Amino acid sequence: MLQTGRPRMQTKRTIFPNKVLPYALLAPQIAITVVFFLWPAGQAVVSSFLREDPFGLASTFVWFENYTRLFEDPAYVDSLRVTAAFAIAVTFCSMTFALLLAVAVNRLIRLGGVYTTLLVWPYAVAPVVAGVLWWFLFNPTIGILPYLLSFMGVHWNHRINGNHAMIMLVVAASWKQISYNFLFFVAGLQSIPRSLIEAAAIDGAGPMKRFWTIIFPLLSPTTFFLLIINVNYAMFDTFSIVDATTGGGPAGATNILVFKVFADGILGLNIGSSAAQSVILMMIVIALTFVQFRYVERRVQY
Amino acid sequence: MANKVVTSVVALAASLALTAPALAVTEIQWWHAMGGELGVKLESIAKGFNESQSDYKIVPVYKGSYPETLTAAIAAFRAKQNPAIVQVFEVGTGTMMAAKGAVYPVYKLMADHNEPFDSKSYLAPVVGYYSDTQGNILSLPFNSSTPIMYYNKDAFEKAGLDRNTPPKTWAEVESFSKKIKESGAAKCGFTTGWVSWVQLENFSALHDKPYGTLENGFGGLGTQFQFNGDAQIKHFANLKKWSDEGIFQYGGPVGGNDAPPKFYSGECAIYFNSSASRAGVVANAKTFAVGFAPLPYYDDVIKEPKNSIIGGATLWALQGRPAEEYKGVAKFFSYLSKPEVQADWHQFTGYLPITYAAYELGKTQGYYEKNPGSDIAINQITRGEPSVNSKGIRFGNLAQVRDVIDSEFEALLAGKKSAKEALDAAVVGGNRILRDFEAANK
Repeated sequence: MLQTGRPRMQTKRTIFPNKVLPYALLAPQIAITVVFFLWPAGQAVVSSFLREDPFGLASTFVWFENYTRLFEDPAYVDSLRVTAAFAIAVTFCSMTFALLLAVAVNRLIRLGGVYTTLLVWPYAVAPVVAGVLWWFLFNPTIGILPYLLSFMGVHWNHRINGNHAMIMLVVAASWKQISYNFLFFVAGLQSIPRSLIEAAAIDGAGPMKRFWTIIFPLLSPTTFFLLIINVNYAMFDTFSIVDATTGGGPAGATNILVFKVFADGILGLNIGSSAAQSVILMMIVIALTFVQFRYVERRVQY
Repeated sequence: MANKVVTSVVALAASLALTAPALAVTEIQWWHAMGGELGVKLESIAKGFNESQSDYKIVPVYKGSYPETLTAAIAAFRAKQNPAIVQVFEVGTGTMMAAKGAVYPVYKLMADHNEPFDSKSYLAPVVGYYSDTQGNILSLPFNSSTPIMYYNKDAFEKAGLDRNTPPKTWAEVESFSKKIKESGAAKCGFTTGWVSWVQLENFSALHDKPYGTLENGFGGLGTQFQFNGDAQIKHFANLKKWSDEGIFQYGGPVGGNDAPPKFYSGECAIYFNSSASRAGVVANAKTFAVGFAPLPYYDDVIKEPKNSIIGGATLWALQGRPAEEYKGVAKFFSYLSKPEVQADWHQFTGYLPITYAAYELGKTQGYYEKNPGSDIAINQITRGEPSVNSKGIRFGNLAQVRDVIDSEFEALLAGKKSAKEALDAAVVGGNRILRDFEAANK
């Protein structure tokens, strides 16, 4: 998902006369893209218009019935709502904490490198492991957090309480993503000219004022870029966290779209509906990517 | 998108697995979902068959959980790389039965290859579950279980109860649980695995209440769910009440992963789960003595509870393999049904003995006397005369329906819906899934 936008190259252009070679060099990558991305995506689009038994013995063309049924299904509409809430919560939490940590580390003179290294570690943890880790910490029977919460009068049970389940997921998903955001924020902070901040300090602006009037606006390209990346992450890369912890429950409270595609297609064997859902997801990805390319790419500075 | 990727990966893996060099011995792939100790035992059964003759070699392949195994087999079938034998859990039965061109019915397989096969030698409730409307067995019963009650004898004693008198009715479960909780013998009275299977499907069978129209789905695809009757509503309302009072703890959706630790750790004194959990219970309940008992019932709903219904899995032969493999499959199925093989598997795992002969063999071996409680399951599933409501259920996409039930049950526990609202909503959601299935299998 990382887009490596670079300033336009100012080097002299070299012209290669061979017309075939570039295509030959591109061929392996194109082949991979076609076989692993375009072909399955095309199949998904085709399947979304069919009603098929799991074994593929009989299929009927049903036009948009798979789609219309989806939007008539309260569970799907609910899943859209849950996904939106989840994506917003994860993006907000992970970016806020990452920015806080980045600003804190940026002020350090001696141990900044050490903290940076330590803070990046969680990013190396696979989502499914992160999920299991937090699942243990939050487990109503054996977890340490419900035990501590019970002293504050909170009866933690994410098996029954949908809000608890959502909080657990948001914590697990954000925790991992904070590292990633942190790196970008640190890089962003370091690229802000010190002279600007020093000038403001001499003019009598306090740390808060300096942050909100100088640092935060100058960070905005990074923030905007991370916003898109994080929304993408929360919506599409968090499947394994859900699978390892709540399984979409309780009562569908954490049934995010990408998990529902899996549950309906792989567990429920309802291929048509699952394909229709993945096509809708694909549209969302395309829309987000479009926004990113159209508005963000040109403004991000690294 | 995800399912497509998985499909292609599975198909690729399948094609690699199946392109073994041709040997004089015919190799037969058997995909299964038995992990851990069950898997080891299963492999030793395959080994036993392989050593008993020299023409065929059964190759067991572990494919993960039940849903994963089914999905893998279906993906492989679509890619024409399927195994000859696949183990499918009972909720997949409706799906398999509807896939007429994909399965090789066992009764036909055995007849085609002149292997003796008498449906009467198998336990009636087991056979009934896996037969078509004409009474032909479509898949070979292998590992069948039924839910029973496990209880902590030491906690019973600490609470001032008799350690050898488990609760018979739900009223007793309630009063015993209250005593256990109040006396501090355990933090909670009871927990359960498989809410949908134990507290609704088996509950309906035990109380002779219909689960769905058309003989619980045996009569065809145009069926509607009916599990929102008064008895079921009453039970769900009670479970909600007991959950609020703290005498019942919910163990999570589907199989209820949190339920076993609650019982093993002594937190809950009573635990409902499959008879096949027996090995796990015996191995994990180290600090207390375990008692076994039949499932409780409401004596104001039914005086003599009916038989319980089964879970577990059966072996399906899939179409599309070379003819010589099916001869081996038929021989292997005969081997599996032998009393000594069956009895060994049943006694090791806690699954039901599939044939009457295996049960009789266990009796003559004195197994049930040496292991008190090990015949609870078979007695419970064979008691009385099965009614239309207790011979089993058969619905397509049942795994999805169970998800709907879990989800509504959670809404009930969270106080978002009443028992009636939750069950009504589960019926509506379940019927929508049935219509999908009906439309896809016309």
